[in-house]
Amino acid sequence: MKKTIITVVGKDTVGIIAKVCTYLAENKINILDISQTIVQDYFNMMMIVDMNEATKPFGEICDDLTEAGEKIGVLIKCQREDIFDKMHRI
Amino acid sequence: MINMYEVAETNKMIEQENLDVRTITLGISLLDCIDSDINKLNQNIYEKISRIANNLVQTGKDIEKEFGIPIVNKRISVTPIALVGGSACKSIEDFASIAKTLDKVAKEVGVNFLGGYSALVSKGMTKADELLIRSIPLALSQTERVCSSVNLGSTKTGINMDAVKLMGEIVIQTAEYTKDNDSLGCAKLVVFCNAPDDNPFMAGSFHGVTEADAIINVGVSGPGVVKTALEKVRGENFEVLCETIKKTAFKITRVGQLVAQEASQRMGIPFGIIDLSLAPTPAIGDSVADILCEIGLEMAGAPGTTAALALLNDQVKKGGVMASSYVGGLSGAFIPVSEDQGMIDAVIAGALTLEKLEAMTCVCSVGLDMIAIPGDTKATTISGIIADEMAIGMINQKTTAVRIIPVIGKGVGETVEFGGLLGYAPIMPVNRFSCDAFINRGGRIPAPIHSFKN
Repeated sequence: MKKTIITVVGKDTVGIIAKVCTYLAENKINILDISQTIVQDYFNMMMIVDMNEATKPFGEICDDLTEAGEKIGVLIKCQREDIFDKMHRI
Repeated sequence: MINMYEVAETNKMIEQENLDVRTITLGISLLDCIDSDINKLNQNIYEKISRIANNLVQTGKDIEKEFGIPIVNKRISVTPIALVGGSACKSIEDFASIAKTLDKVAKEVGVNFLGGYSALVSKGMTKADELLIRSIPLALSQTERVCSSVNLGSTKTGINMDAVKLMGEIVIQTAEYTKDNDSLGCAKLVVFCNAPDDNPFMAGSFHGVTEADAIINVGVSGPGVVKTALEKVRGENFEVLCETIKKTAFKITRVGQLVAQEASQRMGIPFGIIDLSLAPTPAIGDSVADILCEIGLEMAGAPGTTAALALLNDQVKKGGVMASSYVGGLSGAFIPVSEDQGMIDAVIAGALTLEKLEAMTCVCSVGLDMIAIPGDTKATTISGIIADEMAIGMINQKTTAVRIIPVIGKGVGETVEFGGLLGYAPIMPVNRFSCDAFINRGGRIPAPIHSFKN
């Protein structure tokens, strides 16, 4: 199973998680893990998701999430887990 | 499982410290394109490159998107054209027509540089080698994306001084042919000693005859990441310093290895090597000179520079080799002048001279790179600079190179702008004493005693 990491960074506001989760649910993306903190009013979230059943191609999901993030003033990135795994695990 | 801290660290490297994969270079053998008819040869070359490199750029873009890591350049290297064109080319125009074909196909498949307009003449020149070398000024002035390289010596063969003499003249002629563009042609021309067959970095990339039909080589970068990591260990001893560089080089190289494997798998082309180089760009914070300053020098070029560079180069290799299954190419720290803001600043401040740069090339990954000199420099003087650099490579069993730009119509104190990744450079003074009699001797310098290891 290829996992994907979604990161959300930006100024905290109401409904960030709701917005992202709704999008993921609509596109059949399963959330495996969420961690979230707020540092000095800045919202930091990381999700590990499984996109195997996703209804759209990877590139399109990335673009949609980035666009959704821009609307609520946060930066959303969507990356394959491999890049982090390779860099931080031997 | 990956945690938030690790994800944030990686993304900070990418977003703030200019971590990127500098190049995916697709090496393509053109040996099976050889024909005695020049038109047929050009057609074969065009068809083969178009077929194999067709989805290179798109594959690069897909990987970029999925992993969120920029892949700055997608490039192609081909078999040295002197070998490919030997049977068909009877004039310099014939060879230049191949350069035009390469340029055309490079533009069509969307790569920004294509290397391999090359000749390997470390011991002697065939007629085809000499013809190709003589066609370089014409070829580089008529094309945009073609890069040329000539291997003039090696530890095993010694130095071909006839070719060194010729290349001094060719560098000047290339500068003349491209003088309307600040002699830009010379930025695409490099001479080597001990040239590697699998180097993915331009301008010296070519697909050696020892390689497979097609191969993916990847060049990683990341001077900004090393610099930032070193900021956290200011004042610590050398052990801590070296450990930090090693760990950072490991992380950078692992990303390169991932990208190389993905590209190889998606294109159905075998993975060759990772070139684990610290390759600077003119962007702020993407400088090898800044790392030297972080190690403890006021400016690159200050006493201690060679030692600092030596340890940097060595630790990058030590960290990188464990991160990749195959390491090759040039691997180490590049020290170009025009492509590194810290180096440019050091030259302007008077901290860095051509002679100090030469000393630094004894311990860096390659050689004298992207150095602008006055346009009225004599051809024999350029040959002398080349010969010095070749000697360093030959004796130290390392790759050395010279990519020097005599800027026609400009002198010391002026600046030359190459644009994009090639950057800009202040014109540096050159020692004015003559080496005519030395260069005009002709022949070759024998291989050093330590080359006889059989």
